[in-house]
Amino acid sequence: MLKRYEDLNEIQLDVLKEIGNIGSGNASTALSSMIGKEILIKMPEVKTLAFQEAIESNGAPDDIVGAILVNLKGDISGMILMLTEKNFADVILSAFFGESDVDLLTLNDNQKSALSEIGNIMSSAYINAIATLSNLSIALEPPMFTADMLGAVMSVPITLFGEVGDKLLCINKTIQIDDHEYKSNMLLIPTVESLSVLFSRLGVS
Amino acid sequence: MKTTYNIGISDWKIGVAGDVLVTYALGSCVGICMYDKIHKIGGLSHIMLPDSNSIADISGLNRMKFADTAIPDMYQKLVQQGASNMTCKIAGGALMFATSSDKFNIGERNVVAVRAALSKLRVPIIASDTGLNFGRTVFFYPENGVVEVKSTTQGTKQL
Repeated sequence: MLKRYEDLNEIQLDVLKEIGNIGSGNASTALSSMIGKEILIKMPEVKTLAFQEAIESNGAPDDIVGAILVNLKGDISGMILMLTEKNFADVILSAFFGESDVDLLTLNDNQKSALSEIGNIMSSAYINAIATLSNLSIALEPPMFTADMLGAVMSVPITLFGEVGDKLLCINKTIQIDDHEYKSNMLLIPTVESLSVLFSRLGVS
Repeated sequence: MKTTYNIGISDWKIGVAGDVLVTYALGSCVGICMYDKIHKIGGLSHIMLPDSNSIADISGLNRMKFADTAIPDMYQKLVQQGASNMTCKIAGGALMFATSSDKFNIGERNVVAVRAALSKLRVPIIASDTGLNFGRTVFFYPENGVVEVKSTTQGTKQL
C-alpha cells in the first residue's frame, strides 16, 4: 500500500504520465472545440516535487494566476487545479466576449464564470478519460475560481494532500494554441489512497 | 552583514538586526513572526498544518510543517540565542476558494493552532492579519520588529 507520493516507483510514474497524456488530450480537444482554435499539448510531466519546488515549477510564488479548482470524489479523490496566466485567460475570454485584455485581479462575474466553465469542461474531459480507462467512477464537484498569488493558490492542494509526506505529485501539462505556448497548467493531484486504487485497477503494483 | 532570508513552506529561520525575513504567498498557511525587541532578534516560521498528532507514522516527521511543533522549536532556538520576553505577530490562514466544505478551511484551523501554541509558551500576539480570502507575503525586520503584509488586492499593511 502506497503511503507517500515520494514512494512511487518508475513504472507507476510512467503509468501516471500515460494517464496524464490521455486525460489532457481529451481536455484539449474539449477546449479546442469551445474556442475554435487548434491546440497542441506537450507531453505531460509527472513529478513528485517538494512543496516549494511544486510551486516554483509553475512560476514565482508571487506571480498572479487565475485558478480553477475542481474537487474529485468517488473511487478517486483529489483535485484538478487549473492555473492560467493572463495571456491564456485572454485567449479564452476573447472566444466568449470578443477582444480581451483583462487584469486577472479585477475580473467581472461573467469572466470568472467563463473561466470556471472552461476549467469544468476540461476537467470533466480529463477525468472521463481516466474513468473510462480504469472503469472507475469519479465525480466532479462544481468548479471554484480565484485569482491570487501562485504560492497562495497552491497552498490549497499542498495543505490538503501534504500531510503525510513532504512532496506533492503533480501531473502537469503545457498548452500550445496557434503556435503560441501558454503556461496554462492543469495539475491533477490525486490523493495517495486513490493512487493505490487506480494502480490496482490497472494491474500495476 | 545584512541578509535576506527566504522562508519556504514548512520552514523557519532566525534573523537579527539588519536582516530581512521573507515568506512569499501565504494562502491557508500561517506566518509567525516571533520577536525580542531588546536583543533585536526574531524568527519567522511558515507552517502549513495545525497538528502533528494527526500523523500516525511520526518517523521522519517534518516538525517545521506543523504549528504545534514548529512554534516551540523556533522559540527554543531563539531562547538559545539569547532571546527573552518575546512577542509575536501573525499573518495568513486564508480560505483561498470560497466554499462551505469544512475540509478546505485549514486556514482557520491553522490560526487556532498557532494561537494555542503561542499561548502555551506565553508569547503574546500583539498584531495579526489573518483569515479572509486572499494570499499574503510577509516581510519581517528584526531591527525594529516591523512586519509588512503585502497582498494582491489589499496593498501593503504594516503590523
